[in-house]
Amino acid sequence: MASSKTITVEVDDVSYTDDVEPRLLLVQYLRERLGKTGTLVGCDTTNCGACTVHLDGVSVKSCTMLAVQADGHQVTTIEGMATDGRLAPLQEAFHQCHALQCGFCTPGMIMQSASLLTENPHPSEQEIRDGLEGNLCRCTGYQNIVAAVRSVADGTVYGDSGVSTTVGETETAGVS
Amino acid sequence: MTATTEVGGTGASRPEVGKARLRKEDRHLVTGRSRFTDNMVLPGMLHLAMVRSPFAHAKITAVDTAAAKSSPGVVAVLTGADVAGEQGSVPNVWPITPEQKGPDHPSIAVDEVAFAGEVVAVIVARTAAAARDAVELVDVSYDELPVVMDLEEAFTDKVLAHTSLESNLSATWVFDSAEAGTGSSVQEAIDNAEVLIERTFYQQRLIPAFMEPRSIVVDPTGEQVTMWSSTQVPHIARLMVALTLGIPESKVRVIAPDVGGGFGGKLQVVPEEFITVMAARRTGKPCKYTETRSESLQAGHHGRAQVQRLKLAARKDGTVTGLSVNLLADMGAYLGLIGSGIPILGAFMYNGIYKFPAYRLECNNIFTNKAWTGAYRGAGRPEATFAVERMMDELATELGMDPLAVRETNWIRHEEFPFTTVAGLEYDTGNYEAATSKAVDHFDYEGLRAEQKRRRDANDPVQLGIGVSTFTEMCGLAPSRVLGALNYAAGGWEHAQVRVLPTGNIEVVTGTSPHGQGHETAWSQLVADKLGVPFENVEVLHGDTQISQRGLDTYGSRSLVVGGMAVLAAADKVIEKAKAVAAHLMEASEEDIEFVNGSFTVKGTEQSTAFGDVAFATFSAHNLPDGFEPNLDSDATFDPANFSYPHGTHLAAIEVDTETGHVGILKYVCVDDVGVVVNPLLVEGQVHGGLAQGIAQALYEEAVYDDAGTLVTGSFVDYLVPGAADLPHYITARTETPATSNQLGAKGVGEAGTIASTPAIVNGILDAVRHLGVKDIKMPCTPSRVWHALEEAKTTGGVR
Repeated sequence: MASSKTITVEVDDVSYTDDVEPRLLLVQYLRERLGKTGTLVGCDTTNCGACTVHLDGVSVKSCTMLAVQADGHQVTTIEGMATDGRLAPLQEAFHQCHALQCGFCTPGMIMQSASLLTENPHPSEQEIRDGLEGNLCRCTGYQNIVAAVRSVADGTVYGDSGVSTTVGETETAGVS
Repeated sequence: MTATTEVGGTGASRPEVGKARLRKEDRHLVTGRSRFTDNMVLPGMLHLAMVRSPFAHAKITAVDTAAAKSSPGVVAVLTGADVAGEQGSVPNVWPITPEQKGPDHPSIAVDEVAFAGEVVAVIVARTAAAARDAVELVDVSYDELPVVMDLEEAFTDKVLAHTSLESNLSATWVFDSAEAGTGSSVQEAIDNAEVLIERTFYQQRLIPAFMEPRSIVVDPTGEQVTMWSSTQVPHIARLMVALTLGIPESKVRVIAPDVGGGFGGKLQVVPEEFITVMAARRTGKPCKYTETRSESLQAGHHGRAQVQRLKLAARKDGTVTGLSVNLLADMGAYLGLIGSGIPILGAFMYNGIYKFPAYRLECNNIFTNKAWTGAYRGAGRPEATFAVERMMDELATELGMDPLAVRETNWIRHEEFPFTTVAGLEYDTGNYEAATSKAVDHFDYEGLRAEQKRRRDANDPVQLGIGVSTFTEMCGLAPSRVLGALNYAAGGWEHAQVRVLPTGNIEVVTGTSPHGQGHETAWSQLVADKLGVPFENVEVLHGDTQISQRGLDTYGSRSLVVGGMAVLAAADKVIEKAKAVAAHLMEASEEDIEFVNGSFTVKGTEQSTAFGDVAFATFSAHNLPDGFEPNLDSDATFDPANFSYPHGTHLAAIEVDTETGHVGILKYVCVDDVGVVVNPLLVEGQVHGGLAQGIAQALYEEAVYDDAGTLVTGSFVDYLVPGAADLPHYITARTETPATSNQLGAKGVGEAGTIASTPAIVNGILDAVRHLGVKDIKMPCTPSRVWHALEEAKTTGGVR
C-alpha cells in the first residue's frame, strides 16, 4: 500500500489536516474521515451524481476525485448549504415542490442545481434538464425537481410562480 | 366531487385529508442529515466484501482462502463449506403449485454456481478497502458448465441451468375461465372468431435500480441480532432471518432506517443479509456490507423477463370474444422470496378493463443462468396491461377502428359495477368513461389526429403517433384469504397502533415500511382528521420491528389501502376508549357522548371536554371509571374484503424521426383514478415517478446478458436509467371514484404510472410508423431498433 500524504482541505468553512492514502476518494474522505454522510454514493462509475459537492464553488462528483486532489481547496457539501439553521433556497424549494421522495439523490441534485444556477441564473426548462443530466433520480420523474430549480431561478414561491406541473384539479399550488 | 370532507368523521373541523401537505420527511433529507444504512458506524465495526462468481454456471472445485486470510486487516474469510451447518436455503415463500421445483439456494455457494455474481466467499476485514483488496486474493477453481440464457431455449431443457434439476421448469400454473366457472371456453371463442389476432411480446428484463445500493449492518451483541437493512420489508426480513439461520425470532430485530428507494427491488430478503448476520455472529463484532452499484445490478433481483404469446378472438364489430395467453416467465437461477408468484399476479389482469367472456392463461416459470427475478414496480400487472393494450391496438388496426373506440366497445360501463371479471376478480367501482373523456380533453385528441394526418400526407420525416393506454390493476395486497388461495405463505393484513401521550399528542406505529412514499405525512393527516388533533402533533413511527411489532411492510401499493386503514381502525378504538373516560368525567352516560371537532360532547348540551383533557385525565388516573386501565392506546389489524382497483387512461403523442429512429414524447397526458386522495402532492409524486419507470421500459432500459452469461449492462454506463433530459413534462389529472373495500375509499397509486405508460408509449410509436409497414418493435424502442424496423419495412415493402 502506498504511503500516506498529508492534505489540508477546507470543508464547509472548517479547515481539516489529515493523512490520507493516495487512493482514497474524496467522497470516502468526506464520509468516512469527516463524517459528512450527507454526500452519498450511488454508483461506482460516476453516473448517478449522488456524491456531487462543490470544489471552490463548482460542482464535482466526489467519487471521481481523489482526496489528495482536494488539497488546498475549498469543499462545500450539502451539510454546508443551510446556514444558521435556515435552509438554502434550493433546499427550501425542493421541500416546497415535493422534489424528493426517498431523498437519496437529493443532496447531489441540490449541489448540482446550485452550481447550475450560478452558471446560468435564468435557465429554461430544457437547460435545467440538460444541467441535471449527470444526476439520476428514480423516484420523482424529475418534473418536480425541475420545478424546484425553476422556482429558485424565478425567485418565486412555488405555486405563485405559474410553474404548475399539472392541469385539472391536481394542481399543487396549495402550500400548507 | 370528493368524499374527503366526510372521511375524518369524528375529528377535525378543517379536514387534513385531501390537503396538499408538504412532507414531514424532507428536512433531514435536504440537509444531508439522512440515516441511510451505509451512514452508520458502530464501534469496532468490520466490513464485508463478496467474492463473486465470474461464471454463469460452474462447478466449484476448490476455494483457496489462505492468501486472503493473511492479507492486512483481514479478520476472517468465509466459504460455503465454512457455514454449511448454519445457512439454510434462501427462502421462497410462494409455491404457486404444490409441484413447484427449485434448487437448493445457499447464501454462499457450496458446489455449484448458477449465475455470474453469485457469492462464493466472503471477506471480513477491519476496513472496507482492506476487504476489497483481499477479494482479489481468494483463489477459486471452477469447472465451467454449459449455460442457458435464452428463456425460450431454456423451456426446451436442452441445457439445464442446474445440474441438480431434471428440468428448467419450476412450475406450470393454469387459469381457465371455463373450468373456473367465470367465463366460457377460449377454444370455442378462437374456433368461432371472425377476427383472430396472434402476437408474441417480449417483456425485457429490467433492474429496479433503486438509487441507494443495498446496505446491511448487523450488531450481534450478546444473543441478540440487530440488523439495519435497506429493505422494504423489515418484518418479513426478521422472520426470514430467524427461520433461515435458526435464530429465535425474539432475538432478531430488524431496522429499516432511511431507505433510498425500493420499487420492489428491496422486497427480497437477500443472501447478503444472511451472510452479514452469519459474519457478525462468528466474529462477535458489528459487520457492515454495502454493495457497489455493479454488484447491485449483477446480483440484485431483476423484474419483468417474460415471453407472452397471445391469441385474441373478436367479432368484426370489435367485440372481443376471448383471450388466450401463454407465458414463459424467467425466474433466473433461483426462486426469490416471491419471484415465482409475480407472473400469476399479472394473470388476473390480462382482461384489463374489459368484459372478455372467455380467458385462459398458462404460465410456465423457467430457470435460466441469470440473476433471479422478483417484484418490480407493478409486479406482473405491467406485463399484463402491456399485452392487452397492445392487443387492443392490433385489433383496432385490423378492423380499421379508432383505438379508443375499440376499447369503448369492450370496457365495463360505469353502471355495470360491481363487475366480476372473467379472471374472477370483483371490480368494486370504476368509471372508465370519465377518465377517458377527461384525458381526451386535456390531450386535444382530435387536434393531434389532424396533425398526424397532416404529417402523413406531407410525408414528414418526423411522424406523429398517438398512444392509447387504459388500465386497471388489483392493488392493496391482501386480502389474506385470497393470498392463501394462491398458495402465498403469509397473509396480507396490516397492523397499526395509535398511542395517546399524556399531552394528547399522538404516536402512530405502522406496520408498513416506507422508502420515499411519505407515510409520515399521510398517516399524520389521517389521524389528525380522525382525532381532531393538529397535524404537527402526530408522530409516525415505522421500520423497526421492536417498535412496530407486527406488520407486513410496503409493496404493491398496499400501504394506504391496507396499512392506512389499520391506522384509522386503531384511532376509532382510541375514540371508543376515550368516550368512556369522557362520560365518566362529565357524569354522563357513554351513549350520550359524541366526538366532534376534537372534543367529547354530551348530546344536546353545551357540556364538552377536549381530547387532550381526556388524554391527561387518563394518564393521571385520578378519576377514571372503575376498572378502566389508564391507557387509551389501541391496536388494530386490517384485512380488506377485496383488492382495490385504481384505473386510468393515458395518452401519449409520440414523434418518431424516420431518418434516425429517434423517439420523442411530444405530449403525455394521464388521468388516474386512485379513489379518495389523502394528499394530492404525494399522489402526483408517485404518478410522476411511476411514469418515468414505465417510459424507461418502453424506451431505455434492458438488462442484457451475453451468451456466456455475463451481464453486459453491469453499470450505469450501460444500464440506461433515464435522466432529466430524457423524460417529458407530464400533464396529470384525476377522476375520483371511491373504492368500497375500505372506509376511506382510497385505491393506491404507487404502480399506476408504471403500468399504464409503457403500452401508451409503444402504441404511440407504432401508431406513428405502422403506415410505413412496421408491425412491431421490441422494447426498449431504442433509436437503433426503431431505425432497423423502418429499414426492414422498406425492404419487405408491405403496408398493413
